[in-house]
Amino acid sequence: MDKSQNIRIRVDEVNFFYGPRQILNRISLDIFNQCVTAIIGPSGCGKSTLIRLFNRMNELVPHSRLEGKIILDGEDINSSLRNVVDIRKLVGMVFQKPNPFPKSIYENVAYGLEVNGVKDKLFIEEKVTDSLKKAALWDEVKDRLEESALRLSGGQQQRLCIARCLAVEPEVILFDEPCASLDPISTKKIEELCWELKKDYTIVIVTHNLQQAARIADYTAFLYLGELIEFGETDKLFTVPQNKKTEEYLTGKFG
Amino acid sequence: MNLHAKETWYRRLFAVTAFSTLIFLAGIIVTLFHGAWPLFREVNVIDFLAGRAWYPTHTPPEWGILPLIAGTMTVTAGAMLISVPLGVGSALYLYEIAGKEKHFIKPLIEILAGIPSVVYGFFGMAVAAPFIRNFLDLPVGLCAFTASLILGIMAVPFICSLTEDALRMVPKSFREASLALGASRWQTLVKVIVPAAGSGISTAVILGMSRIIGETMTVLMISGGAAVIPKSIFSPVRPMTSTIAAEMGEAAMGSLHYHALFGIGLVLFLMTLLLNITAEFISRRFRLKLGLTQ
Repeated sequence: MDKSQNIRIRVDEVNFFYGPRQILNRISLDIFNQCVTAIIGPSGCGKSTLIRLFNRMNELVPHSRLEGKIILDGEDINSSLRNVVDIRKLVGMVFQKPNPFPKSIYENVAYGLEVNGVKDKLFIEEKVTDSLKKAALWDEVKDRLEESALRLSGGQQQRLCIARCLAVEPEVILFDEPCASLDPISTKKIEELCWELKKDYTIVIVTHNLQQAARIADYTAFLYLGELIEFGETDKLFTVPQNKKTEEYLTGKFG
Repeated sequence: MNLHAKETWYRRLFAVTAFSTLIFLAGIIVTLFHGAWPLFREVNVIDFLAGRAWYPTHTPPEWGILPLIAGTMTVTAGAMLISVPLGVGSALYLYEIAGKEKHFIKPLIEILAGIPSVVYGFFGMAVAAPFIRNFLDLPVGLCAFTASLILGIMAVPFICSLTEDALRMVPKSFREASLALGASRWQTLVKVIVPAAGSGISTAVILGMSRIIGETMTVLMISGGAAVIPKSIFSPVRPMTSTIAAEMGEAAMGSLHYHALFGIGLVLFLMTLLLNITAEFISRRFRLKLGLTQ
């Protein structure tokens, strides 16, 4: 298979700074279409910062500066020709802590459609149902769509956030440690969901949990102190790491 | 003194300071009821509240405070029309739009809050009232409209800073979630942040209202002082607070007039108490809604 045909996001020599502090140092890597790519590494290594570049969320951080290119569908996402709203519709995000709005379950999922100008009530309704089904939440909430989303459990809230993200029809989904605040059963559900979703979506997941990366990712990138130490197919990276640092991290010598 | 004994003393000291508030509050309530009691032995509560004439020094005197309540209501309503849009608007500006400007606009708004009310009164009498009289061609400049204008401006910093607090209490994660779904900053503000802060903003508005109702010096100086039910916003009025302030010095201690002023004080107290309880109730619901308390 010719991989270069299949690249969805190309990170090209990226440096990123918060004020004078350099967070990412000359990162280059490719995210492949319809695969799960995991980004692992110890806390503070820049994992979250890296994926937040893919939907331009870091723009919200004052005094931040980016060098290098992030190419999505052949063009730099930071180019003046591209609209940040279009990029965020194309590249959805699920956050570390479930963050449903203080609105009803239905309104949460419909929100993305409404802000994007969809008026057709019937279409919205179908999309909400469809997204909740895809996020494996439908059976648990179908009789209480008007209830506040804050009354769901943590795991349900996170699946609601996934449904909310799916409703906008993104092609890439970024997961920023989606299971960090969840119990093992909810975690398992989210992992199965990732596995299911990669048929239709390109997934990038930041995780602290090495087993999680090993279980669900096709490719894994290991970041350490803002540098990409190793990137490759998950099986290879976990069984025969090329770099000594990777091996040390995987065997728990630091982290 | 050992550490343990020290700690015990600190606890006691702060407990005393905290409970002293309770004592003052109880003292005020008792004084108001006690002071107003002799009046209500002679004048029926309904006649007091709904009587249309306030002639405390006539023979026979009349004790209807409806004109005073109407004065307070008129001035308060007018002031709210000014302070709510200005206060909430500036809070939205400070929260969402202001960059570096924030560093000088916020202190300026706070200075507005620190100006003594008598200075607002001066400004109202010397500048605003003559200007309004000439500009709108009114018989008098000291009227409900002028009082509303000045009180409205006085309440802006209060409403603004409470509203800004309410906006800042909305978790950042809501904002991120909304933006990540492709919403613009404006949509995020209108559809997520303001609704989430909604009851906090209502609390700000209600507390601002309770402040305006209680404000005395400014209204005493610029509302005109006529104890009649106002025909329009441009009529001179005499709100409850300025009635007490103006007449307390003249009323003979122990006279019915004296007790009637206590009665007005009691009504004022109950009105603001009701508003404060409402505000507290709403703000509790607000924290619950944002998941800040269980």
